[in-house]
Amino acid sequence: MDRYLTGDPIADTKTPAVPLENRWDERKFAAKLVNPANRRKHRVIVVGTGLAGGSAGATLAEQGYHVVQFCFQDSPRRAHSVAAQGGINAAKNYRNDGDSVYRLFYDTVKGGDFRSRESNVYRLAQVSAQIIDQAVAQGVPFAREYGGLLDTRSFGGVQVQRTFYARGQTGQQLLIGAYQALSRQIDAGNVELHPRTEMLDLVVVDGRARGIVARDLVTGEIETHLADAVVLATGGYGNVFYLSTNAKGSNATAIWRAHKRGAYFANPCFTQIHPTCIPRSGEHQSKLTLMSESLRNDGRIWVPKRKGDTRPPAEIPEDERDYYLERLYPSFGNLVPRDIASRAAKNVCDAGLGVGPGGLGVYLDFADAIERMGRPAIEARYGNLFDMYQRITAEDPYRVPIRIYPAIHYTMGGLWVDYDLQSTIPGLFVIGEANFSDHGANRLGASALMQGLADGYFVLPATLNDYLGGNRFGEVPPDAVARVETEVRDRIARLMAVKGTRSVDSFHRELGLLMWDHCGMSRSREGLRKALDRVPELRAEFWRDVRIPGGAAELNQELEKANRVADFLELAELLLVDALAREESCGGHFREEHQTPEGEARRDDERFSYVAAWEYGGPDGLPVLHREDLTFEHVHPTQRSYT
Amino acid sequence: MNLTVRIWRQAGPAAEGRLVSYPVDGVSPDMSFLELLDVLNQELIENGEEPVAFDHDCREGICGSCGVVINGQAHGPERTTSCQLHLRSFRDGEVIDVEPWRAKGFPVIKDLVVDRSALDRIVQAGGYVSAPTGSAPDAHATPVPKPDADLAFDNATCIGCGACVAACPNGSATLFTAAKVTHLSLLPQGQPERAQRVLDMVDTMDAEGFGGCTNTGECVAACPKGIPFASIASLNREFRKASRSGRR
Repeated sequence: MDRYLTGDPIADTKTPAVPLENRWDERKFAAKLVNPANRRKHRVIVVGTGLAGGSAGATLAEQGYHVVQFCFQDSPRRAHSVAAQGGINAAKNYRNDGDSVYRLFYDTVKGGDFRSRESNVYRLAQVSAQIIDQAVAQGVPFAREYGGLLDTRSFGGVQVQRTFYARGQTGQQLLIGAYQALSRQIDAGNVELHPRTEMLDLVVVDGRARGIVARDLVTGEIETHLADAVVLATGGYGNVFYLSTNAKGSNATAIWRAHKRGAYFANPCFTQIHPTCIPRSGEHQSKLTLMSESLRNDGRIWVPKRKGDTRPPAEIPEDERDYYLERLYPSFGNLVPRDIASRAAKNVCDAGLGVGPGGLGVYLDFADAIERMGRPAIEARYGNLFDMYQRITAEDPYRVPIRIYPAIHYTMGGLWVDYDLQSTIPGLFVIGEANFSDHGANRLGASALMQGLADGYFVLPATLNDYLGGNRFGEVPPDAVARVETEVRDRIARLMAVKGTRSVDSFHRELGLLMWDHCGMSRSREGLRKALDRVPELRAEFWRDVRIPGGAAELNQELEKANRVADFLELAELLLVDALAREESCGGHFREEHQTPEGEARRDDERFSYVAAWEYGGPDGLPVLHREDLTFEHVHPTQRSYT
Repeated sequence: MNLTVRIWRQAGPAAEGRLVSYPVDGVSPDMSFLELLDVLNQELIENGEEPVAFDHDCREGICGSCGVVINGQAHGPERTTSCQLHLRSFRDGEVIDVEPWRAKGFPVIKDLVVDRSALDRIVQAGGYVSAPTGSAPDAHATPVPKPDADLAFDNATCIGCGACVAACPNGSATLFTAAKVTHLSLLPQGQPERAQRVLDMVDTMDAEGFGGCTNTGECVAACPKGIPFASIASLNREFRKASRSGRR
């Protein structure tokens, strides 16, 4: 049975037809401008205040637009970008180690396993250097060397040192930089901020995005905000798996509801799993915590050779341990890319060799490194990570090997956007993790912060001008607003009226487990079909049996969660359909049917060198697949090999 | 472990609040404090009662959303955020009091949720460097001595959770304000607005109803990020210097 329809391919991405290195300049020059005196007449809605949304809101307000900005948290400073640890890439070549815009572009396209758009990635590399300048000017305290210049380090599988960082809190420091720039504009009256307010629908008038319907999370009031353009910067959808490294509140509601209003959703099956997370400790687990993958530089990963070996790790002799990454990938060893390290951990745990509660963990052992370099050297490198691990697990990593297990932590897929970061709904722009644009099937370390800030500070402010300057904006007819508002109110009323027996969390956990089992690190036709049968049932059960205490006209955190989980239950199905339709393995998407005899991912460039952009097919209809063919003029696709 | 939590329940900003006792049995010492509240809430929902409202998001100790007073201490007995506190810090059978941040500057919204937007307004008053996008010189144009950059970072690490205010007998936001003023006044980029910044931020802090600082140091003891006590001295110094400069 086919689970989707096929529509017309996407013919035009609005990429200028000039050589790669001139495209962004050409686009900026061709873009229409808005007279400074006219800018304050344009209202622009920005949803989300993370790196992408915060930087976009501040920059648009600086340009003179009237920005209306939303976040569901109590303050814009809390968006989940704050939790990024490692760093931010930029082609500064301060190290004189051969880095360049072209090399950053090349590494990113290759790292994305040849499923991203060359033009967008090249632009990302071009503006990367400006991001560092901007952040430093704002007072972001990056790590510095004794000479007073910025320090950099290398990151995941890259041969140059292009990653700028602020200890293990780079995301926090960059976010505070953007938050402060935004705060300055709030004080100046150019940004109207609505914290504790969640977008629940998009107002589309004559085919163009003209506003949003949102719920005030304190009073429960449903309110409509109108504007000339809407920017979504609402992050990824990793919480469809329930347990992930995302914040508890991270959700897909804004992008999913925009999708239902006509925005295509691209590559939902491209989800990234991070190999070095702290394993779950029991049923109560509410989220997972990531530890920087830099740990794999000095730690050795192993499991016992014998199934059910419950001896403490120190009592397992050397010849009864399997250092499986070193055995399988002798030339890269413990430093294979994220997806390969994750899958190998799953394989040994599936074989019953895992350690810790539930057998869902592998050892990351620093004993050899401590013996070789001494404890002080290890402390200097990893002290803060070891402290964090000890706080969470009450185990001392200097004496007992760390236990790690992979977890979902980033989604490369998202709303489809053209070269201007505009979705298939004119006037709806999507930036940061919420769009699909730059990472292909796999994101490289330290590239998420780069993309969020590139979109918000530099790309969107240039392309939005063109849209606002090239269109006229009449009054929004009241009945168009009333219709959407009524739908939102009805939906909340329906949720509240179910009065069933099961909590929202119980549904979310069940969905997450199902997705993790069948659409996590490794996916098969059979498993995906099984999950595709189960998700609609679960959704029906949710709408029949969910219990939301309290009322809708007050602060009601169960209702907030219910709204989000209802959307995850729909998005999950599209994710599964996309994973089933993509009959190849690439990046974060591993299909068991498509692997080499050695068990490595087998990409199929003949048939699948495209972006899968999905159109919503209605509540009872099938999703419609629109292909955007990818062409590689500069970086020639090759098969990855790490043995 | 079996625990009893006595939690502040308050239906709304104007409603009367009170402590309500709930037994929570069979929990694991490896659970975080917020997971204890999760378990309790699931039980409450099952029994048809309203769950306890509390703010939380990243659960990694960095977003600053969470924060409750546990047995009279902001964020509880360990020097960390409420989300990174684990039940192994408590004894089996213990009775634990859980209250919202209490300060004039933080009105209660519901149960353990308070309104901390006053902290945002203090930053809006001047806690930034005016550097519009596109105006930045090359990042290496201005070297910054490493000790200054490191100390600026130590202050910039504030997560804005409000524990300092909750711990202070005066309900003062001085440590929060001091952290931002110190962060920016240490860097060359922060110099042009240095004097005006401290004056405006301190004015806003006072206007928002936060108390004055009497150097009791409770804020520093409660701060999960270790903002140094010396930053308060540096704030006072900055304020004095700016006041004398005749900018007000």
